[in-house]
Amino acid sequence: MQVNEQFTPTIVAFCCNWCSYAGADLSGTNRLQYPANVKIIRVPCSCRVNPMFILRAFQRGADGVIICGCHPGDCHYTTGNYYARRRTTLLFSMLDYLGIERNRTRVEWVSAAEGAKFAATMNDFVAQITELGPNRRLEDLRCRK
Amino acid sequence: MQEVMKKRAIELLSDGTVAKVIGWMPGEFSYDMTPAVFTTAEEIESNFVYNDFCGANVSKYVMREQKKASDAKILVFLKPCDTYSFNQLTAEHKIVRENVYVIGVGCDGMADVEKIKAAGIEGITGIESDGDKFIVKTVYGDETIARADALAERCAACKSKKLTVYDEIIGEDGEVVENSGRFDLVAKLEAMSADERFEFWRNELSRCIRCNACRNVCPACTCEQCVFDNPKSGIDQKAAADSFEENMFHIIRAFHVAGRCTDCGECSRVCPQHIPLHLLNRKFIKDINELYGDYQAGDDTESKHPLTSFTYDDAEPSVIHERGNE
Amino acid sequence: MMLYLAKDKLDVFFEKASEKLNVYVPVDNTNGSAYRKWTPGTVVSKGLHTTKSAKDFFFPQTENLVEFKMSGKAIEIIDPRRETEDYAVFGVRACDVRSFGILDKVFLSDPVDTYYKNRREHGLILGLSCGRPAETCFCGTFGIDAAEPMADVDFTEADNGYYIKANTEKGEAFVASLGDIFEDRDAAPAEEAKAKTREVLKKLPLSNLTTDGFGGDKLDELFDAAGWADLSEACIGCGTCTFVCPTCQCYDIRDYDTGHGIKRFRCWDSCMFSDFTKMAHGNPRLTQKERFRQRFMHKLVYFPANNDGEYGCVGCGRCLASCPISMNIVKVMKKLAKEDSGK
Repeated sequence: MQVNEQFTPTIVAFCCNWCSYAGADLSGTNRLQYPANVKIIRVPCSCRVNPMFILRAFQRGADGVIICGCHPGDCHYTTGNYYARRRTTLLFSMLDYLGIERNRTRVEWVSAAEGAKFAATMNDFVAQITELGPNRRLEDLRCRK
Repeated sequence: MQEVMKKRAIELLSDGTVAKVIGWMPGEFSYDMTPAVFTTAEEIESNFVYNDFCGANVSKYVMREQKKASDAKILVFLKPCDTYSFNQLTAEHKIVRENVYVIGVGCDGMADVEKIKAAGIEGITGIESDGDKFIVKTVYGDETIARADALAERCAACKSKKLTVYDEIIGEDGEVVENSGRFDLVAKLEAMSADERFEFWRNELSRCIRCNACRNVCPACTCEQCVFDNPKSGIDQKAAADSFEENMFHIIRAFHVAGRCTDCGECSRVCPQHIPLHLLNRKFIKDINELYGDYQAGDDTESKHPLTSFTYDDAEPSVIHERGNE
Repeated sequence: MMLYLAKDKLDVFFEKASEKLNVYVPVDNTNGSAYRKWTPGTVVSKGLHTTKSAKDFFFPQTENLVEFKMSGKAIEIIDPRRETEDYAVFGVRACDVRSFGILDKVFLSDPVDTYYKNRREHGLILGLSCGRPAETCFCGTFGIDAAEPMADVDFTEADNGYYIKANTEKGEAFVASLGDIFEDRDAAPAEEAKAKTREVLKKLPLSNLTTDGFGGDKLDELFDAAGWADLSEACIGCGTCTFVCPTCQCYDIRDYDTGHGIKRFRCWDSCMFSDFTKMAHGNPRLTQKERFRQRFMHKLVYFPANNDGEYGCVGCGRCLASCPISMNIVKVMKKLAKEDSGK
């Protein structure tokens, strides 16, 4: 066994039902690879993601949280992702302000046709979080295994 | 000021314009006034006070009184910063404006006894205002302190002396303060490294005892049941059992009032542990101003607040990641 | 004759004491102070009170009581209790020293709270008599002498140093174990300092506050007193008063689901909170008036009724200093007493 065991991050990806989740599906049918440690949570719309969801994901052991929604202008509900855009921007800015690594969070717009983008985004995000290391600043110690 | 206020309160009560008056009653040491509701002229005559230490924002009490009886006419005295909260509550349909008679009270900043105590003055038994200084009577002899040195922290960075809502005014109406300097500390924190910021906030937030004073006093916190009190929410907590919970409570609280917070500063005033909570709210206000254009909650009762509106070309969340300082 | 320690030797004292046990001292922070473990270079606060009381040492705000770990159908039960290391708390004022006795009555009476007992038994209290009491102090109302804390060991500041008196066997043993750093001196300056403190105490604005009209037998008169409505009117229902209070001892026990087990913990609760006393059928205390009344009735009526007349308040004045709307036990006592005498 190696002494420096490779750190495998836990990633939570909130994907909107209409675009990004379908994009994930497409990347699957196209047999594109992305790491299995990305846990997808399907939400009706990116604006369904309450800031609490993001914090709770970190609390329960996530090392990175990514929110994927339809491209601005393409929201199934017309405007949901515009609200999500403002909210996530402000929340991420606050996390950064509190000294929590800003690169643990990301928003990416992925359409139902962008299976390749979905896989590439996840690969990139996992690499980024792996480099950052485990989440320590926004972790609930009681939940550590 | 106090006598004029008393006189008007009694007049408005006796001519039937209002049935209740929200004001302050005296304390033990002339700096510890308690907000109170008066219903008779006699009570006002004997028990109504107003002085430099009446810093509490009473706009939320209007909401509380209207909950008890929504049609009762209420007289309330509001300082400039309180009028912003009042407007915001009106905009959120928490106050029925028609049933409130607002007397705007001009304000040059309120004093804070913590500042006087921090200056080393102990055993305060009475405080008298004397021009630009206070004469403080203590069990250890009389002391004086300049008014500027006793000014509450939030008043030293006052954003506006303008009364945004009133039916009449006592004292002088003022102007919005340009270059109030209220974002200076936020900017200073932003300029720090992530590690320094983390250390700063850990040091501050780790003192939190979850007394909920910041939440309960906040005029923007008006949920019927807070998510942190709701056993069905899955995150209800009575105490910060872990540093994560300290962070979560304050992030979520600040986020929930983002765009609605008028920056009245009550959260920091009431914190028994002196955590500078207003720096969280001001961060949101600063970000909103910079990203979506200047916005002051409670300026009026009409405009849409920044988190319930958008533009097609808003900044992408990646602007946060592209900032200079990590 | 009394033992004496020069001020410039205080650090030597802490260093020597730290060799035997952990020493906690009040340290200034933003506009207040809190207890911190002493390490070389620590500057002891000169303030009167720590923002929170010293009760945390025995009754911390949160503590894990038991843990359950699940793996499949097997449940492992873990007892997280460990024998506490010996420790000393320096700078405890007379009011806080008295508060420990009040907490003992709650936690050490049958059934004994073993978590509390563990911490209590390993703690040594180093009291510090007050030199400059604040306007918010009213310990005298409850028969406490701010000049004589009556802790395990009392420190009295005088003559550019501290006069030391051990009041318990534990305290005597501790002082004896450090013996050579103290010197013997005439006790007159200490007595003088105490007399001076007592003079100041007499001049305090709340020195005339009495418990007349309160006590275990006053339930009927006070419970329905008209004053409660007015007094509680402005209360915002936060827990500040209960959390800074040295004698408030109510707690809640909750389970935290960690995803792979349960951590059962106890945390301070506050009668001011709207979900306190919430039961399956609802909440018997419907408005803030009932919750507010509970706090003061507990301290001034229920506690003395169950504890030979001892009140559940020590007059430290922390709630006076920190209540967001400046409502407090003094205003309650004055108003209710006035109402009572007006009858």
